[in-house]
Amino acid sequence: MGQGLAKDETDAQLTEPAAVKKMLLILSKATLDNVYACFILANGARMEGIEAEIFFTFFGLEAITKTKMEKLHIATVGNPAMHIPTMLGGLPGMESFATKMMKAEIEKLDIPTVSEFLDILTASGAKLWACKLAMEMFHLEQKDLFDEIDGVLTVGGFYERAIGEGTHLLFI
Amino acid sequence: MEKQLAGLDISVDNEGYLTDLSQWTREVAEEIAEEEGIEMTDQHWKVIEYIQDSFRNQESLSMRSLGKRGPVSIKDLYALFPDGPLKKASKIAGIPKPASCV
Repeated sequence: MGQGLAKDETDAQLTEPAAVKKMLLILSKATLDNVYACFILANGARMEGIEAEIFFTFFGLEAITKTKMEKLHIATVGNPAMHIPTMLGGLPGMESFATKMMKAEIEKLDIPTVSEFLDILTASGAKLWACKLAMEMFHLEQKDLFDEIDGVLTVGGFYERAIGEGTHLLFI
Repeated sequence: MEKQLAGLDISVDNEGYLTDLSQWTREVAEEIAEEEGIEMTDQHWKVIEYIQDSFRNQESLSMRSLGKRGPVSIKDLYALFPDGPLKKASKIAGIPKPASCV
């Protein structure tokens, strides 16, 4: 009988619609396409009334590093979606050229630059966290980072942010 | 489908967005706002008017454009229309559900 009850409870949980309440995004890369994917997902969550937080770790920290954030590139080497031979992708100026092309397309779609996007995210109530270990690894201090970040967290601190039903984590 | 709002038969889609802006009145808007848990203030009406104007001018609407060119900042939009400002404001303004990702 006990088993039967447990099964009924499981069924009830499965049929009950579980709304997404919070998105925790981990940004570990600094290529422009990954950064935009992360920002658009976080901002899109806020637009739907879903909480959103981003944990910037490893190269992802560049997206909130003052001197780097507007100089992010897309990868022309090791990126099969570029549809150019890898050797050409490595030629001087190729990355800059491809990045310039992409930024022009991005602007056409009314997508903001990285720093403006960070302002929009902050205004929307999204929370931005820098990874403590990655900051130490890259010798960064909080003054090097975007002024409006919510703080510096350890991995444990970040997982504490995940508490609550309907939280989803996404690694980018 | 039809929905009774402020004593009028208003045509709406299955999510409650008006399908014909000409049927919109302030009373209709107030009733939709109430359903969404929003009490309309002068600030709210300014945003609604701006959204309707841009819709009539066939300008695409995004949070970015609204915050940049609209009457209030993005931060205020989230405060005025919590839990989905663009969608809620569009619904109250009587225009279709926005399809913007930014």
